[in-house]
Amino acid sequence: MKIKLIDIAHGRSGDKGDAANIGIIAYDDKGYEIICKHLTEEKVKNHFEGICFGEVERYEMPNIKALNFILHNTLGGGGTVSLKHDAQGKTLAAALLRMEIEV
Amino acid sequence: MKEKIRIASGQGFWGDLIEAPYYQVISGQIDYLVMDYLAEVTMSILQKQKNKNPKLGYASDIPELMKRILPVCKEKNIKIITNGGGVNPESCAEAILDVARSLSVNDLKIAVVLGDNIKDRIDDVIASGCELNNMETGESILSVKDKLLSANVYFGALPIVEGLSQGADIVITGRTTDTGLTLAPMIYEFGWKENDYDLLSVGTITGHILECGGQASGGNLLADWESVPDLANIGFPIAEAYPNGEIIITKHESLGGKVSFETIAEQLVYEIGDPKNYITPDCVADFTTAHLEQLSPNRVKLFGVKGTKATDFYKVSCAYSSGYSAVGSLTYSWPQALTKAKAADKILRERLDKLNLKFDEVRTEFVGYNSCHGPLADNIDEEKINEVMMRVAVRGNDYNSIERFGKEIAPLILTGPPCVTGFAGGRPKPSEVVAYWPALIPKKLVEPKVILFS
Repeated sequence: MKIKLIDIAHGRSGDKGDAANIGIIAYDDKGYEIICKHLTEEKVKNHFEGICFGEVERYEMPNIKALNFILHNTLGGGGTVSLKHDAQGKTLAAALLRMEIEV
Repeated sequence: MKEKIRIASGQGFWGDLIEAPYYQVISGQIDYLVMDYLAEVTMSILQKQKNKNPKLGYASDIPELMKRILPVCKEKNIKIITNGGGVNPESCAEAILDVARSLSVNDLKIAVVLGDNIKDRIDDVIASGCELNNMETGESILSVKDKLLSANVYFGALPIVEGLSQGADIVITGRTTDTGLTLAPMIYEFGWKENDYDLLSVGTITGHILECGGQASGGNLLADWESVPDLANIGFPIAEAYPNGEIIITKHESLGGKVSFETIAEQLVYEIGDPKNYITPDCVADFTTAHLEQLSPNRVKLFGVKGTKATDFYKVSCAYSSGYSAVGSLTYSWPQALTKAKAADKILRERLDKLNLKFDEVRTEFVGYNSCHGPLADNIDEEKINEVMMRVAVRGNDYNSIERFGKEIAPLILTGPPCVTGFAGGRPKPSEVVAYWPALIPKKLVEPKVILFS
């Protein structure tokens, strides 16, 4: 069965220099299990092909059922230098939540 | 010792809701109002203002705000802490004292925190062996030293605590961590010690929750945003802090917005790196130990927080001039809105090439189609697109090229694809690009100073 990530999780994103941070928070324990299993660094990197040009780091936050991703080389040079309309990566959490997962 | 204190967030950045701090002080009991005004490049803007006029260089909204809140704060004994002093906290304090005199608010004491500005000491710092290498690239600051606009150390809570200990009603700082503004009153009121790492960490994480204002009380909420009541009258978050480190995040009941597990969780993950090591001048907080429990509507408890000793370094935020940029846009309507916008972009680029202009980057995005999610945006049936905005941005070191780009947008209206509009406001003008240079400096090389104004 395919599910959309946005149906089991929410989140927020922002900038850290030229890297974007994306925090994804599952709504319940089952959701946290799913995101831990499916949202690997590799899968997130592939999802953001053409947007993220660097490494992806993943950190687990079981205390709030969240994963924090750092996407390096993603914001076109960083908040003040970037020419991007979304120079601070504010909409990238939603971009990750577009992902469909086979469960 | 007070049994508890209530710390209210009043601003999440310079440009935030002007009314927010006013409603925080009039809508219920609080003990502290904390306001964050400084984004990373704000200091360089303020430095430029101070270069032109030595009386400027602080968040200029502050005196006007003080006219409205000073009498209430004095009457209710609410202390104010802000980093809006920018590169000129002394002039900010003088301006507030002028306001106080005009309102006959007497006996006002303002503590000013100085010493964060190291721009004029860069050579000494480098000579002492600290090359302020860029934390992201490792490069030495020597490569941009001649283009530096500002260089400021992020102080933590302690200089603010010192100001409060001197009896200040208001503490004005320059570059201070957003989290330090909230942690300071807890240290001051509850006597937390420098090795109370867990307590310092819970205060720091509370500061992280408050530092973006309404973003912790229902603003920018991805989880069911339509459920947030009365965003028009959003109440900014308030932290109720107890001496043992118990924290309840709440808001004034009479104001809008909401405080829930989701609103706090989203703020917890906002702009963090490794959650186990959230480094501040005061401690290293472990965000993976921050547990949340919704006690009742609009009351969320934060508990379980652990942390460790601070490092021997302060973070330094430098800004330097890095060329120019300009942005132009035009809007194309149905039919074939996207095809026409793409054609216009191609024509524009051909003309820019022919003019031999020099750019480091030319970037085109189609607002209404893919400017946010790029290649992840769904393909849409073009018949169904009503309109698309072509947004073209350029950046480079050659001012004349950037300026000339600004003159090539409007001509597309009469010499490009049809059904085009949206060229109001004239030719795009070049603006200076201010780039950010993060670095570390040993704490022993910098000394915060606290001065009392009254």
